Order: sequence, then C-alpha cells, then structure tokens
Amino acid sequence: MRVNSAAHVRIGWLAGRFVSAATVVWLAATFTFLVQCLMPGDRAQIIINMASGNVGEASPAELAAVNAKYGFDQPLVLQYGKYIWGILHGDLGLSYQQHRPVLDIIAEQIGPTVILAVAALIAAWVIAVLTTVLVAGQDNMWSTLLSGIQVFLATVPPYWLATILLVVFAVQLRIVPVIGGNSPIGLVLPTIALALELSGFLGQIVRSEFTRVLEQPFVISARARGMGELGVRFRHVLRHAALPGITLSGWAIGKLLSGAILIEAVFARQGLGGVLVAATSSRDVPVVSGAILISAGLFAVTNMLVDLTYRIVDPRIKMT
Amino acid sequence: MRGVSFSLQAGRCLAIVGGSGSGKSVTSRAIVGLAGRRAHVHARQLTFAGTDLTALDDRSWRRVRGKEIGFVLQDALVALDPLRPVGKEIGEALRLHRAVASSEELERRVVALLELVGVPEAAVKARQLPHQLSGGQRQRALIAAALALDPRILIADEPTTALDVTVQAQVLGLLEEAKLRGKALLLISHDLAVVSRIADEVLVMHEGKVVEHGSADQVFQDPQHTYTRQLLDAVPSARLRGSRPSRLPAARAWKPPLRSQEQSPSTFPSVVLSAANLVKRFKGPDGVLRTAVDGISFELRSGETLGVVGESGSGKSTMARLALALDLPDEGAVLFQGRAWTTLTERDRRARRRAISVIYQDPLSSFDPRWSVGHIISDSLASDVESRDERYERVVELLDLVGLSPALLDRRPLELSGGQRQRVAIARAIAPRPAVIVCDEPVSALDVLIQAQVLDLLTDLKAHLNMSYIFISHDLGVIRQLSDRVMVMRQGRVVETGTRDEIFLNPRTDYTQRLLAAVPSLVRGGAANRSFSRV
Repeated sequence: MRVNSAAHVRIGWLAGRFVSAATVVWLAATFTFLVQCLMPGDRAQIIINMASGNVGEASPAELAAVNAKYGFDQPLVLQYGKYIWGILHGDLGLSYQQHRPVLDIIAEQIGPTVILAVAALIAAWVIAVLTTVLVAGQDNMWSTLLSGIQVFLATVPPYWLATILLVVFAVQLRIVPVIGGNSPIGLVLPTIALALELSGFLGQIVRSEFTRVLEQPFVISARARGMGELGVRFRHVLRHAALPGITLSGWAIGKLLSGAILIEAVFARQGLGGVLVAATSSRDVPVVSGAILISAGLFAVTNMLVDLTYRIVDPRIKMT
Repeated sequence: MRGVSFSLQAGRCLAIVGGSGSGKSVTSRAIVGLAGRRAHVHARQLTFAGTDLTALDDRSWRRVRGKEIGFVLQDALVALDPLRPVGKEIGEALRLHRAVASSEELERRVVALLELVGVPEAAVKARQLPHQLSGGQRQRALIAAALALDPRILIADEPTTALDVTVQAQVLGLLEEAKLRGKALLLISHDLAVVSRIADEVLVMHEGKVVEHGSADQVFQDPQHTYTRQLLDAVPSARLRGSRPSRLPAARAWKPPLRSQEQSPSTFPSVVLSAANLVKRFKGPDGVLRTAVDGISFELRSGETLGVVGESGSGKSTMARLALALDLPDEGAVLFQGRAWTTLTERDRRARRRAISVIYQDPLSSFDPRWSVGHIISDSLASDVESRDERYERVVELLDLVGLSPALLDRRPLELSGGQRQRVAIARAIAPRPAVIVCDEPVSALDVLIQAQVLDLLTDLKAHLNMSYIFISHDLGVIRQLSDRVMVMRQGRVVETGTRDEIFLNPRTDYTQRLLAAVPSLVRGGAANRSFSRV
C-alpha cells in the first residue's frame, strides 16, 4: 500500500470513529432529555419543594413562574432543540439544588475520579502482566497458586476489598493515611482496591492466551535462534497475549468509573461519587443527566483509544 | 521415536523421510534441545564438533542455537512472528549473539541476508509483516533468519511443503547452495522427489524407528525395506494411468452400480458442464477490484476427468466455486447438464444441487465436528431414500465403497485419521449420486502413501459410478496420474488446454514448460545425474 493512501485510510478511520462516538453521546443526550421530561412528577413542583424544603402543593402562580424560568412551558421539540444546542455549547443546564451550572459542578469533581480510574487501569495491567510473564506456562505450584488468586480477586467486590485494605494498611499498620485527600500517597490504597479485581480478570485472560502462544512455532523459531526465556516472553509472546486484554480494557474503563464512585465513598475521597449520590437522592435531574452524558463521552473516547492501541499492537489489522 | 543414530558432515545433506507421525520433526528438534516440555530425550551421544550437547545447560545451549545450528521450522507463515516485521526476525539472531555493533549495521546485514536468499526489494520487504510476503518469500526469509550467523549446521523441516513447484525449485536451489558453501544440511521431508534432488544420505523413519539408512543412491535405486519401497512407489509421477500406486488391490468386489438406469449419462448431452467467458472480480481489503478469474471457458464431458493445474492465486479455487455456483460470475455463464446453471435463482438451482458435489482439501473444516460419520453421510443421501433402514443400509454401502468399516459410523470427524476423513468426505460427495464432483486439492494435505490410496479410490469410483471430475491440484504429478484432459491456469486465465499427453509430453506455452521443468521428480540415477533447474 502506498504511504499516501495509508495516511488517507488512517484519517478516514479516525473520522468514522469520531462520527460513531458523537452518535453515542447524542443518543445518551436524547435519552437523558426524555427521562427528564417523562419522569413522573412535575419538575416545577420538585424544584419548588427543593428550594422551600417542605413537601406540599405549590400554587399555580408559583408553578407558572418556575415553568417560565426553566422553559418547561415550551413545546417539547423546542425544549429538545434548546437542550442539544446547550450541550453543543457546553451548557448542561442548571442544578435544581445548587442553582449553579451543572458543567461547573461536574468539572470541579471529575478530575480525581478520572485520575483514580486511569491509575487503577494502569495498575491492573502492571500486576496482570508481571505475574503472567513470570509464572505462565510453568507447571508448578506458583502457577496454580497465581491462578487461584486471580479467580479470587476477580470475584471479590472491590468495596469489600477496599475496606479490608483500609483496615489493614491505614488503621492497623498506619503505612498510608486513612483519609489521604488528593495527595499521591492517598491515591495508593484506592487505586489498589479498584485495580485488584480487574487485574484478576485481565490476568486470567492474558495468561490463557500467553500459555497458548508459548507453544506456537514462531516461539520455537525464536528459541532456535538462541533467545532466552525472558526474551521470548517479553519480545514475542506478551504482545500476542496482550491483545484480548486490550479489547477488555474498553469495557473495563466503564466499570472502573462506576467502581470509583463506590471506592470514593469508602475512602471519603473527593470526586464525582459524592456529587452523584447527593444529586440522585435529591432528584437533582440535571446533575445526574450531566454525569451520564460525560460518562458516555468518556466511554466513547476511551473505546476509540482502545481500538487505536489494538491497531498499533496488531499491525495486521487495517484501518477500515 | 527411539533408537535414532546418524552423523552430519560439512558440505553434505542428510535427509530424514517418512510419513506424518514418523518422528522426523521430533528428531530434528531434539538436536537443538527443543523437543518440547513434555518430551524426554535420552541420547547416548549427541556431540557437535566435539562438544557434548547433552551436558549443556540452558545458557550454553543458547550460544549454540542460532550461532552454530540454524533451524528452519515447518510452515513459514506460523514460524515467523505474525506481529513483527520480517527484518526484525532475521536480525534477531544477530542481535542476540551480539554480532553487530550498531542498528545501522544490523539493518544493512538484514537487507544483505534477504538479498542473499533472493528476495526482491529486500529493504522494503524487511519492513513488512510476514502475511504481506508471498509464500516463497516467507520461506526464504525464514531461511535467511537461520543463515544469519553463518551456522555450520542448517536444519530444515519440510522447507518446501505448501509451496508452488516453481518456488519449491528455487528454495531447494537455495538449500543446495548452502550445502555447496560447506554447510552440513539436515533436511526433513515427506516428499521423496524433493529429497532425491538434494540428499547425499537418506534415513527413512516409520513409527519412530529408523527402517532404512544409506546413501541416497542406494536407498532410491535399491530400497531394502518394504516401507521404503511403498513410499517410492506412491510418488505420483509420469507413471502410466491404470497402475495402482497404492499397491493395494481394488479392495473389494464391486456392488451393483449405485446409479439407477434412468439417470444414465446417455440421457445427457455428452458435455455435462460447460463454462463460457467466466469473469469474477473480488474487492480487496484496500477497496480495489481484483480479477480472480478473467475470461475462462471450458467443457467437461461426461465420464471425463478435467485436471486444473496452476500456482496459488491462479484462480483455480474461484473457478471451482463458479462451477458449483457457490459464487456467481460477473460475466459469462456456466451451463450444467445442458441447461442454465449460474443464471438461475438459487431456488431453482437447489433441486439440482445434488447432481454436483465437492471434495475439499481439508475435510475437517467442512464437517460439523459434533456430527457422527453416519449422520454426515446420511445427510447427503438423495431425498428419495426415506425409510430409516434404507438410509442406514445406504450409508453402510457407501462406507464400504470408500473402503471404511461400518464400525466408524458413530465416530466424530476429530476421531478419524486424515485419510479416513478424506474417505468420509468422498462418501459424502458420492452419496447423492452426482454427475460431477469438483475435487479442490483433495490429496494435498495427505501423506504420500495415503494420497496414493485416495487417488486410487477416486479413479475406481469414477469408473464404477460414471461420474465426471473437475480435479484441481497444484501438484503436476497428481494431475498427470488422474486427468484425461488438463487445463493450465495462471493469473485467472487459461494458459493452455489439451489432452494429458499433449500437455505433459508436448507443452506449447513457455509457462507450461517452465512449470513442468520445475517439478521435482524422483531421481533414481546417481548423484551426477542430479542437476538443478533454477527458474
């Protein structure tokens, strides 16, 4: 293939992925809009109750004022248009509770959550790869033991693990602070708590593929050239074995984001978790919708990255 | 394998021959200490240039592998890492044994090695992935990787299997060159014709044991062991038709023919299938249309075998799919039994599909692995066989026809040997009493002995069931043995068509002549008669 056309294909592929990512976000936006409109209960009534703090019927005049302020009296199509238009301009609406733009509220809190999720993904990969490369394909006690540990980790709920880790390392051993805030040292326990479950999953998948690839003829070829065990494992086998794990990572990042919310609660960390819990319990629909939209966007972007990574690791796949 | 002894000398070639499962490959791997985790190797003596290899630890082994002994594994497509550029694989031995000082030197050496083995555009190919190279180029690259450090011993495990004849001749030439440069060459092969061209000494293995060991001349001219003689006789070659290369008698008395009277061929015009100006294009992964079959026409008369020969990519298999109407031509049409065939709708074709069957190279992938042999064959029976007992009787009869015992009825495909599987595939193909069977490389995956048996079976069946074959193969020996007429294909076009003798004794086109010249045939003469035709 000519270089020029290869570059064209790559740009075309990226453009195609952008369109499908945008479609995902648009569908999520439409869904959240419909939820807001069709949810039982009058939205104006909810807002008034939230502001006044008591539960009761508001007067028609009060309702009309709120409806006019938020535009609930306009036709649905117009509301939908305004909603989508707003999203395109970075306006996710106003929080019913805090009377501030939803985007600001989420922007303040999303950083620590994303950092936690990404740190956990990296940690899970490091744990899975190291244990696999060192132990896979050997019929010994370590291999069996590792496999058992991986299954255990993959099935244990992370919040339970988080609690155990917190009690052992923070309360008993006092190696790390109980409440770490946003300091790097405070990130250690939450990251491990979140990563271990995924490392179990990843490890199982990478390991079975690793064992299969170890027997392939090209591995014997490499050995016949005089390559040592570690060289064979890192230079040849790992690349093949990582492929199914990379595919899994797209799904994992979604799971890590939702898992992070629970972990934040356990470690009392700042993050999207607190905002979401508060917004859901008080029916602050714009904030919840905003969080859903942002997650959909993140998910679409990470999946694009995952596909791109897969294509770099496996150059056989053409960008079509 | 057990009790195998031999010695290798510089500038000489020792060949180990035998059918699959004879222990050839394990022997070669044991020499480099890579027989596998589950293998136990006991050797009374394994020395290399005076060094005792059995006493080596892992680290010392690594210094021998690649540097002193170059190993070319079977099947280059899987013996090269599919995710790494070919150049990286070739350079690996240089890097591992610290034979180069800089990455520039490494690159230079890799390109030089690729040029040495005759890969065109070496600098470009070095950066490509194995699947982007042709089969011959891959095999050369693999040999280049083994030659990288100029080892004293070169071990090649089936280096020419799965290659087209012309490419095969080139690869053999390459190995012979290495031998002339003073390498000790250990060649593992099931193909006696290949071995006879290059080996000085031959070791015949059967079921893990050495049954014959001697100079090439002695083994080929005066074989002592019956197994060696069987192997030699089974090589498809210029032998007259009607001889039975499998050396087995037509195993059984023939039952009354399966074909009933009203279907006798006399009711068809004598041409049973004809194709006119077939064109088929496929869209490649880059979106560019590629013409796989480019205006071919042919006729198949009833009772005849039309051999179709050509290198890979010549459009043979596409032609077969068009004849079967599994793909429809973009231009032109196929007539079957004198009536429209490819121009019909699938619904109209369906009723007549049973009159044309197919046998593939790899029957395993064409069987449902969960079905029993009985189920597979019964499924293909003509729909007029209704009662359970009658179907059972017919299946047993068919098994008998293809030389299989009814005891296999309940087996699954995976529990059968390669030869048995191909026989089941044949039983399935003849079950609906077809007028035509399209055989697409039906013996290419089989050992030479099994291959001879299956070819004999196909010949017998055709005579008794009055069918016609379209017989596709890249192996000219097989084509010559079976065909009445031969069609030579190249790049989607028909190069030449003629009777078997016209094509083989008096080829008109350059291409056919080149193809025939490249065929390794058994050389039973002395070493002096062995010369290489390099294409």
